Amino acid sequence: MLSSEIDSLIPLDAVLIGAAFQSADEVIRALSAKLFEIGHVRQSHAQATLAREATHPTGLALEGHFCVAIPHTDPEHVLKPSIAIATLPEAVDFRNMEEPDENLPVRLVFMLAFTDKDKQIEALQMVAGMLQSPHMLDAIVSATVASDILEIIKRQGSA
Amino acid sequence: MMGKKKVLVVCGTGIATSTLVALAIKTEMAARGIEVETSQCKVSEVEAHCADADLIVSTTQVPAKLDKPVIVTLAFLTGIGKAGLLTKIEALLREV
Repeated sequence: MLSSEIDSLIPLDAVLIGAAFQSADEVIRALSAKLFEIGHVRQSHAQATLAREATHPTGLALEGHFCVAIPHTDPEHVLKPSIAIATLPEAVDFRNMEEPDENLPVRLVFMLAFTDKDKQIEALQMVAGMLQSPHMLDAIVSATVASDILEIIKRQGSA
Repeated sequence: MMGKKKVLVVCGTGIATSTLVALAIKTEMAARGIEVETSQCKVSEVEAHCADADLIVSTTQVPAKLDKPVIVTLAFLTGIGKAGLLTKIEALLREV
């Protein structure tokens, strides 16, 4: 993906670093609120994402690594395709997509707010690429400022 | 020559993870000489969509009892176990 495309997909204001959250619900509400403030999602987005997470959780266990969650919901709640990111210094439990009865300690959240499956395939492949790159995930959770996270993702995009 | 195989790809919303899985299956099976046509749906709609599918691949548990082979996997997202999974999908598609 082009650097400018990544800037528009991942708004700097929607990258939360090191905030203390007590629950998956809090993380989802905070990220959705950021996307709402900048006009990328409808007000209904937070509730819809929480509801979707309750029935179809999005925690992912990655090999020998901390866990990641990718909360998302139906396109009608989204105005502009975006990814919001939260890095969590203290792991927060999300339920496992594969085994919904199991809790996973999540340190990194990518909230995927998409409008059209065919237009967002590149963004999805980028996210899958990150999930499969332990070095990159480590670099992202270690970042201390939001702009560093965008730089890390852009470097990967151009590699 | 084998005819086109139909794979129904399922996820919670039918838009995010299933899109990634559909593209990966099409690409990887084409490389193995199997032409695949994919369609996508939400898990809540799977019973209505599965009639002409040869195989169902889902990123989430499929509650309904379906008269089709079903694979539940996150390998296309996480990369874990992907090689083995592709071999399994190829074998299934060659059988149907």
